[in-house]
Amino acid sequence: MARPPRPTRDRDSAFFWEGIEAGELRVQRCRACNALRHPPGPMCPGCHSLDWDWIVSSGRGEVFSFVVHHHPPIPGLDPPCVIALVEIEEGTRLVANVARIAPEDVSVGLPVEVEFHRIEGDDGWVVPRWVPRA
Amino acid sequence: MSFAGRVAIAGIGATEFSKDSGRTPLQLALECVKAALDDAGLTPADVDGLATFTMEENEEIAVQRFLGIDHLTFFGRVHYGGGAACGTVQQAALAVSSGIADVVVCYRAFNERSGRRFGRAQPSPGAVEAPTNWYVPFGLATPAAWVAMFARRYMHLYGATSEDFGRVAVADRKHAATNPAAWFHDQPITLAEHQASRWICEPLHLLDCCQESDGGVALVVTSLERARDLAKPPAVVRGAAQGTARHQEMMTSYYREEIGGLPEMGVVARQLWRQSGLRPADCQTAVLYDHFTPFVLVQLEELGFCAPGEARDFIAGGRIELGGELPINTHGGQLGEAYIHGMNGIAEAVRQIRGTAANPVPDVENVVVTAGTGVPTSGLVLSRDAR
Repeated sequence: MARPPRPTRDRDSAFFWEGIEAGELRVQRCRACNALRHPPGPMCPGCHSLDWDWIVSSGRGEVFSFVVHHHPPIPGLDPPCVIALVEIEEGTRLVANVARIAPEDVSVGLPVEVEFHRIEGDDGWVVPRWVPRA
Repeated sequence: MSFAGRVAIAGIGATEFSKDSGRTPLQLALECVKAALDDAGLTPADVDGLATFTMEENEEIAVQRFLGIDHLTFFGRVHYGGGAACGTVQQAALAVSSGIADVVVCYRAFNERSGRRFGRAQPSPGAVEAPTNWYVPFGLATPAAWVAMFARRYMHLYGATSEDFGRVAVADRKHAATNPAAWFHDQPITLAEHQASRWICEPLHLLDCCQESDGGVALVVTSLERARDLAKPPAVVRGAAQGTARHQEMMTSYYREEIGGLPEMGVVARQLWRQSGLRPADCQTAVLYDHFTPFVLVQLEELGFCAPGEARDFIAGGRIELGGELPINTHGGQLGEAYIHGMNGIAEAVRQIRGTAANPVPDVENVVVTAGTGVPTSGLVLSRDAR
C-alpha cells in the first residue's frame, strides 16, 4: 500500500514530531499563562507571550468526532477506515487515525489512547494514532 | 454603511455548465464576462474594475487584455476560495461606492471537472502544505472528509440524521429538475435514493456532495443610479459582508469549544441584517451554499431562520422546496445546477429579483445569498429596487 504523505515540520511544530519519534505526545504550553494550545504556533492567543515549552500528555482522551472514509482513494488509507478528532485529558484536540476497532464500533465519547505507529521504509517516520482504551 | 442600498448588480452572465467544456478556462471567463456585460447593456469599454477570488486561474489582466479593456482602476482578489464568492460583490460595492471604479465585473471560471478536480485528495501526496499538516498525513484529505467531521458532531449534538441532510439534496435536485440550465435537469432524486447512494466519507453519502463542474459565471456591479438606466432591473445590494470567527481555519476549525455551528457565518449574518435593516422573515427565498448538505442546515441556524439545532425541524414538510415557506436554491444549487463556487447562486438571486428564474418564487422582494462554508465566508442581501 502506498504510504501517506509525510508530515512537514517547522520551528513551531518540530517539538511535536520529535516527541512522537520519542514516544511522547507533546502539547505546547505558554510559559507565561500556562495555557495549552494545539495546533502549535508562535504566540499565545490568550496573553500574547512568545515564550513557550511543552507538556507530555497522558495520551488518553475521548473521541470528539470522527469520520469513516470510503472514497476517493487516499495514499496510506485502506478503506473503510476511521479518522477521529480526539479531545485529550489535558483539553486540547488532535486528529489522527483510529486502529484496532471496527468502524461500526466507534462512537462519539469512545475512550481512546495514543500509540505511536511507524510508517515503513528506510526513510520511514512515526505518527500518532488512536486505539480503544480498556 | 455607505454602500448598502446604493450599489446594484446590473448584469449576469454564464457559460453552459458541463463536465468537459472543451475550451480553456480563459475562454470560459471571457465568455461569461462578455455575456454579463451584454445582459446589462454595457460594453468592455465601460469596465474599470475586476474582482475575483482565490483558486481562480484566470488573471485579471488576461481578462482585461482579451476583452480589450483599456485600463483598470480597481482589481481585487479575495482569499479563501468559495467562501469569497459574495466577498467579490462586497469588493465591487466598496470600489463603486467610494468612487474608485464605475463598473466592476466579478467572475469565476474554471474546468473543475475536466481539469483539476476539487474532490480529490488535497494536496497531492508528498507535498503537505503547512495549513493541512495536521490532517492530510492522517488521510483527512478531502473537502468531504473535512466537512464530515463537523457533520458527525452536529448529529451527535442535535440528533440530526442522514435523512435530514438528504432532504436538502432532494430539494436541490427537485429544483434542478425544472431548470434547463442545470446539469441534473430532469433528474430528481428521492430520499430513498439519497440513502442508498454510496458512502463517500461517513456520515456523508455521495448525494450529500456537490458536483464538480466546468463553467463560468460573471456579475456586473455598478451604482444603483447608473443601473437604473441600464437594460435590466437592478438587484440592489442591501447587504454585503465577510466574516471569520475565533480559531478560524480553512475547512478544519476543529478547536472551538463546540463545533456544531459555523460562527463565521453568524458574523456575516449579523452584518447583513444590520446593513439591510431586514430580518430573515423578510426574505422570500434564499440561496445557501451547498457544497455539502449538512452545512445548509447549520446556515439556516446561523442566519437566524431557526435556533441552533432546530434546522432539521425547520426543513421538514417541504418548507425549503418550491411551494414551501422558504424555497432555497431554486436553481438546483451546487448539487443540482453546477458547482461554480457560489457565483451561480448569486446569479440565481438576481433572476429571482427580476422575476426571470426558471423556478420563480412569487413576489420576491429580498434574497439572502451565502458563500462557501467551513471557511472564511461571505454573504449578500439583494433586493428589488423600491423606486
